[in-house]
Amino acid sequence: MAVLASRVRYEEKRIFAALERRGVAYAHVDTRRLGEELGAGPAGNGGPGYAAALNREISHSRALYASLLFEARGVATVNTSDTITVCGDKLRTSLLLRRAGVPVPRTAVALAPEAGADAAERLGFPVVLKPLAGSWGRLVAAVHDRDQAETVLEHRAALPTPQQHIVYLQELVDKPGRDIRVIVAGDEVVGATYRYSDGWRTNAARGARSAPCPLTPELTGPARAAARAVGGGVLGVDLVEGPGGPLVLEVNHTVEFQGFQDAHGDAVDVADAIVAHLLDAASRDGAAAGARRGEAR
Amino acid sequence: MTLACPECEGPVRLAEPVRMSEIAQCADCSSELEVVGLDPVTLELAPEIEEDWGE
Ligand SMILES: [Zn+2]
Repeated sequence: MAVLASRVRYEEKRIFAALERRGVAYAHVDTRRLGEELGAGPAGNGGPGYAAALNREISHSRALYASLLFEARGVATVNTSDTITVCGDKLRTSLLLRRAGVPVPRTAVALAPEAGADAAERLGFPVVLKPLAGSWGRLVAAVHDRDQAETVLEHRAALPTPQQHIVYLQELVDKPGRDIRVIVAGDEVVGATYRYSDGWRTNAARGARSAPCPLTPELTGPARAAARAVGGGVLGVDLVEGPGGPLVLEVNHTVEFQGFQDAHGDAVDVADAIVAHLLDAASRDGAAAGARRGEAR
Repeated sequence: MTLACPECEGPVRLAEPVRMSEIAQCADCSSELEVVGLDPVTLELAPEIEEDWGE
């Protein structure tokens, strides 16, 4: 097994420990040192013949291309480049969630900042303006009227990246000061936490507190469906409690789980569930490759 | 194990086993540090957070 990561944090240390407890041979591949000629096969610290690669790269770009390179060599990846592409783009995610019938907040998009204020007005204030790409609540803004919207959009129009000019809007769901993080590994729901914060953003990166959340079918159903809709893998599904039940806000592809693990203590082992899914993906992919070669196995 | 922060020489505690590329924070100066060598364990200032980092 390969574990792809440029930063070894709490999560990666837990994953290494889980691999060691299970006696799985693995190598930590520092994605910053990865370089290879296409088609030339494994080289350098890319290593030889891995059965599967667990992608824990914190940089979205590096994560996406690392999975693509390993897939090109025939290595099973968790998560796949397809899943990373979808999760790295809120509009792609929303479109796939809608198609799969997953409950989501009302969402609108405008392809230029000039069209953003009208789109926000049609959606109805208050709305949340989010960048298409980005994590940890960066550049996310709650706007309560047209004036505020225009100020935020003006700032957005001045940003250098063309993708920042695409305006993605969501109704601000009146939540009870918390949202819900569900961790899914394949078809298994590993667990859920409430995330509380004083502001309206509840990202762990912004210092939200986590507490265990009971798993109910009304939660596991949408979480599992959302994970499947984006292509599956090890995923952090964020939901908010809407008036008619949980709504999926976003799906994260390199899930951070320190707060989650602390909240659950010994009742849940996220790292071990991730490793179990990785071993599963490796054997499933190995069997599929065998079938393609016409081998009986 | 405890090492000196390369920025402020304050004590930085690392939980065993120490891993390559491990991230630690100095309690004194809040610098984010990265383990860049294991034999002996060596700390350097970690790279700054980039725009596309996240979950
Ligand atoms: Zn220091």
